[in-house]
Amino acid sequence: MLDQKTLDKYDPIHNKAYQLIDDEGRPLDKTWKPRLSNEEILQAYKDLVFERTADFMAVSYQRQGRMYTYPPNLGQEAIHIAAGLVTQEQDWLVPAFRELGAWLAKGVSLKELFLYFKGSEDGSRFEKANRVLPISVPISSQLPHAAGLGYAINYNKEKDTAVFAYVGDGGTSEGDFHEALNFAAVWNAPVIFIIQNNQFAISVPLKMQTKSINLAIKGLAYNIPSLMVDGNDFFAMHEALSYAREQAVAGKGPFLIEARTFRAGAHTTSDDPSKYRTKEEEEHWAAKDPLKRLKGYILHSKIADLKDEEELIKEFKKHIDSEFEAAEKHPEYKVEDMFGYMFAELPDELKRQKNAYENYLRGVK
Amino acid sequence: MKVMNLVQAINDALDIKLKEDKSVVVYGEDVGVEGGVFRVTEGLQVKHGVERVFDSPLAESGIAGTALGMAISGMKPVIEMQFDGFSYPAFNQILSHISRFRNRTRGKYSVPMVIRIPYGGGINALEHHSESPEAYFGHTPGLKVVIPSTPYDAKGMLIAAIEDPDPVIFMEPKRIYRAIKQEVPEERYSIPLGKAKVLQPGEQITIIAYGAMIREAQKAIVIAKQQGFSVELIDLRSIWPIDRETISQSVRKTGRVLVVTEAPQSYGPAAELISIVNEEAFLSLEAPPTRLTGFDTVIPLPMGEKHYMISPERIASEIERLIKY
Repeated sequence: MLDQKTLDKYDPIHNKAYQLIDDEGRPLDKTWKPRLSNEEILQAYKDLVFERTADFMAVSYQRQGRMYTYPPNLGQEAIHIAAGLVTQEQDWLVPAFRELGAWLAKGVSLKELFLYFKGSEDGSRFEKANRVLPISVPISSQLPHAAGLGYAINYNKEKDTAVFAYVGDGGTSEGDFHEALNFAAVWNAPVIFIIQNNQFAISVPLKMQTKSINLAIKGLAYNIPSLMVDGNDFFAMHEALSYAREQAVAGKGPFLIEARTFRAGAHTTSDDPSKYRTKEEEEHWAAKDPLKRLKGYILHSKIADLKDEEELIKEFKKHIDSEFEAAEKHPEYKVEDMFGYMFAELPDELKRQKNAYENYLRGVK
Repeated sequence: MKVMNLVQAINDALDIKLKEDKSVVVYGEDVGVEGGVFRVTEGLQVKHGVERVFDSPLAESGIAGTALGMAISGMKPVIEMQFDGFSYPAFNQILSHISRFRNRTRGKYSVPMVIRIPYGGGINALEHHSESPEAYFGHTPGLKVVIPSTPYDAKGMLIAAIEDPDPVIFMEPKRIYRAIKQEVPEERYSIPLGKAKVLQPGEQITIIAYGAMIREAQKAIVIAKQQGFSVELIDLRSIWPIDRETISQSVRKTGRVLVVTEAPQSYGPAAELISIVNEEAFLSLEAPPTRLTGFDTVIPLPMGEKHYMISPERIASEIERLIKY
């Protein structure tokens, strides 16, 4: 279990990532026991397989021309699944755009995800997901929202509630990253900042992004407890996030986690990583694949034999296909959909513009 | 009734809303202990507490972005950009998120917040303290942008802005903050946003202005009257949406229009207003719709400001030219 002593040991100044299992899924410390039950661990494995399958399918829908640009999650799923387990119904999720498993855990449907990447705002309606913000495209600009949500939690004296806010490694260069950390710290807001450091901001490697020795260290200047974690180690991520949330809801303010991971896929389906990274680099990280490691743990600990994985994936694919088909059957985009959500009540000027266009359309027919 | 200037009227509106609605908070740079650099929020922290009226870190993007977070969780933040030119660091939050969140989430989240911005020149200030950025906001879909020119309007429009379910940019003509005094009801009242007001009826030409330019236009009308001209003056009050009805009715009657803005000319509010006149009153026009605006220059530092600011004499000279056209 994480505690202040461990936190001191992993002070970002030592530049060492918190890690619980090795690349094969064996515990580094033989006496360590996860805080999750075997059933929960097995469920986490299934959720990870589900995220990975849905992600593969999304890329293939895009390749088939049935969906537009999509940012794959491959290689970063342990972070999302661990966060999904820790994030509660009453917590806020403030995404960047590459946290699929974390959204699903909060109740975002795959249909909505597909709808969004097929090009409809209806995909951000999140009908069954409470307290999930939509994807934020301008990098880091979502983080001040998280600090504001944290202020509101304190202001409204909401108990046992925290904000989980995501950003990538490139996002730590943006001013909003620093402003959000500073506001959250000054306001003692219960915000857990999660940097998914996947080594590249599209094509720009981390060493061109910052001269800092790591990204967690950026939290220290704001007096925010900060921890660098092996982001491909499901158990380390779960432990770090659980600890961060406990601290936040206990009134100890924000927490920063740098999750070290690797984007095994492309930045988006429009990107070609072979232009900016090497095969060796990809192989180095493939050995640390989060699914491989979680499976290793399950097998070594004899929780399950995982022989039915193919069957599981087949089932998942059926469900994912049905969600995609539901997205494809979504009603056509209407003029009303463009105007109807700009304001609570449509101002006369927008009514005029809408009417003029609708009259034109009627004339064309 | 109580005689108030703009500063007092705005303070009164904030005080009323803080009192009657616990979800309202007021924050920004120096707005707490000091009561704002213009003293608009003076005394409010003592009355309503440091959790509701407070100084924030000095970061405009952070101020605007955190307010969005508060607003979507049910609070009603009223934030201050200390000066017009300091709103620029907050553009990303205002243009990319605050104006778009309702649309992006199909109405699941709305952003009921007010951004107060003291704006405009003529106060002998440093660079970035005398700007008129209303066109940037008016050009941004999803924002309402309003500017009062009197204490009475300031109080009623600010109360309406705070009660509005969508984000409102509330721009305050700082040059006349203390220059205009007026009897203002002490009780609460609100003035619907989006409506212009005919301040003075006339027959031969319509002047459309807002903010500090209203006072200059009124002085010009005194000169014009001595020359025997009859001028109608409209206080636009709302940069977006624009009150087409009031403008077109007036110009159809007078046949001439002069738009006066302190903001730079190109792509500015005057261009928009003249487009509306062309669309709505083309056949009534007896002179080219004309604008008298700030130049497409940086507003000069105090020694040069006299060349930039629009004087009553310049307005009067345009009135004469257009009536004699």
